[in-house]
Amino acid sequence: MTVLPYLVAGWILLAGLYGLVTSRNLVQAVGCLAVAQSSTYVLLLAVGYRRDATAPVFSDLPTDAPVVDPVVQALALTDIVVGATVTALLLSLVIQLRKRHGTVDPEELTGLRG
Amino acid sequence: MDTADLLPLAVAVPLLGAAVVAVAGRWLPRPGRDALATACAAADVGCLALLWARTDPDGRAVSWLGGWRPRGGHGVGIVLVADRLGSGLALLAAVLVLAVLCYAWRYFDEPSGEHGGMFPGLLLLFQAGMCGFALTGDLFDAFVFFELMGAVAYALTGYRIEDPRPLQGALAFGLVNSAAAYLSLLGIGLLYARTGELGMAQIGAALDERAAAGHGRDALVVVAFVLVLAGPLVKAATAPFHFWLPDAHAVAPSPVCMLLSGVMVELGVYGVARIHRVVFAGAGGLPDAAVRDTLLAAGVLTALVGAVMCWQQRHLKRMLAFSTVGHVGLFLVGTALLTPAGLAGSAVYVAGHAGAKAALFGLTGVLLDRYGSVDEHGLHGRARELRLPGALFALGALALAGLPPFGTGLGKAVAEEAAGRELGWLPAVFVLVSALTGGAVLRAGLRVFGGVGSPPKEHPEVAATTGEGEEPEIRGPGRRLPAPMIAVPAALLAGCLAVGLAPGVGRALAAAAAAFTDRTGYLADTLGGTAPAATPAPDTDWTASGILLGLLSAALAAAFATAAVRRDPRRGTGALHRATVLPLRRLHSGLLGDYVAWLAVGLAALLVALVAQL
Repeated sequence: MTVLPYLVAGWILLAGLYGLVTSRNLVQAVGCLAVAQSSTYVLLLAVGYRRDATAPVFSDLPTDAPVVDPVVQALALTDIVVGATVTALLLSLVIQLRKRHGTVDPEELTGLRG
Repeated sequence: MDTADLLPLAVAVPLLGAAVVAVAGRWLPRPGRDALATACAAADVGCLALLWARTDPDGRAVSWLGGWRPRGGHGVGIVLVADRLGSGLALLAAVLVLAVLCYAWRYFDEPSGEHGGMFPGLLLLFQAGMCGFALTGDLFDAFVFFELMGAVAYALTGYRIEDPRPLQGALAFGLVNSAAAYLSLLGIGLLYARTGELGMAQIGAALDERAAAGHGRDALVVVAFVLVLAGPLVKAATAPFHFWLPDAHAVAPSPVCMLLSGVMVELGVYGVARIHRVVFAGAGGLPDAAVRDTLLAAGVLTALVGAVMCWQQRHLKRMLAFSTVGHVGLFLVGTALLTPAGLAGSAVYVAGHAGAKAALFGLTGVLLDRYGSVDEHGLHGRARELRLPGALFALGALALAGLPPFGTGLGKAVAEEAAGRELGWLPAVFVLVSALTGGAVLRAGLRVFGGVGSPPKEHPEVAATTGEGEEPEIRGPGRRLPAPMIAVPAALLAGCLAVGLAPGVGRALAAAAAAFTDRTGYLADTLGGTAPAATPAPDTDWTASGILLGLLSAALAAAFATAAVRRDPRRGTGALHRATVLPLRRLHSGLLGDYVAWLAVGLAALLVALVAQL
């Protein structure tokens, strides 16, 4: 098992967080959150990976065939559903903010401070 | 019906209720919608009360969903586990949701037609998320319920989409909380990679087995600990992860604030305690001393930041939000002691605080309803006509300060005593934080409802959130004040009083806290095995020193408040204030990027602090 996928997951996470910190556009910030989240997909799939194994669908496989871990795939699927919900909700808030406030730049939203 | 069947039912009832209310709300008239939602919430309260009553004080109800029990020592299914602390917290959430539904009966001018059932439906969905998070025994499930609770809370915060500020608060809330939730998921992935399990009990047992076989704790376990706790710590608004909370609370509709402050934030502390206790408190986890010291430091920092910032606010809801930050810091201190007594104190404190804080938010909703403002300076003396709400507001402020015999006073006394045994100066933090937060709220009450003192001078050079120009949450200001908007806060305050006065409540929570800290018992009940002897419950009766310290903090709060309203408004601020408080206020910049940066910095600090102690 190579350590490369874990490093990739960490890199994607840091890239997403860096984007969140520096973003000047809320649509982009929500996108960065989705990027940070995709590091969890990479990590989960890397955890369940087995060399020379195939997808865990047994309809046309012998029952002793080597397959990758199906649990992490279920987790990644659930994770995608959760992520899609959150991203859609946040984007709808951004759209509404653009309509009401006329801006999507977080630096111009100074109604709440101190 | 078996006790274990109540566990999935407690989550399913509000979940199904939300769907029914959302669909039926399209054609039902408003009273019908409200009755339906209230009936669902009441049914959930009944279900959880039954669960609480039928769980042994030192036992647990365990439900393997779909009958997928562990085979050969490996978990293949998902488990719900309720000990009395978990079901008690779920019950508290259910009671508050019921109270909020009653409070909101006449609160909003709700849109009819297609979106008619949205608000009560979202509240029920929120209840399902909170209940599931409190009852789950599975780490991945905890993540899913965390996100369900989170997503509904973002939507409820930004419910008034005509106004830009709720949207801004909801976005900061959503981005920071969801980013933290994904960090938690990374930690869960690491733990799964190490142990091949997702259940908390199974992971804990597997880590212990590895430690027994000579593969002790390593960097992966420490990193996983920090990552997994990121979500609950952010939800619990631990400094420096607390920035989202005042922004979200300042703008969310008042009924929603009652839930966010009353129980959702406290669920974060519960998550920290549960995950640490079951997964990481064994031989394969982290040493108790390192975790205790780190969390104690975080709790004290949170409490002080919350108290100081609370005193500085003039926006009433933001003030109450910072008071929540301060109190959650105290709950974290009590929990971080890792003793049954500290946890029992926090549990009683949470129950009392939920009543007092929800009542105060409810009364602030009355101000918003009447005057369209929640600004302490702008409302100076305008609410003199509201006698009963004013009296309740002052009582709530004193309860917040820990005045005996309120439940907050009892919880503070028990936690204080437990903390004092660990570090002699910790009770001083409890007294100071309760006095400052209670004093700030009392000051606002004196000014707004009593018109005491002269109106404060404006300081436009200081960046501050005023409470002026709020969109009233309802239309038609000429109407009479709806009865539930006074009755519900009064009932909540009475509940806070009952927690302190009824000796059964404190004792039951003490026994629950003792069972919560019994890790071997949790593992044995969940995975099968021999149940060891139960830990004796700590004492949670009133003591003379507890009453005296409670009276002291209430007296200090009153002194702070009167000194502030009598202060000459022309006097400037001192050098100490300019050197310490103003920079702290500037940190609360309202900028999303800063909040995420603080999240990263805080987690790095947590990791360094833990590693340095190993």
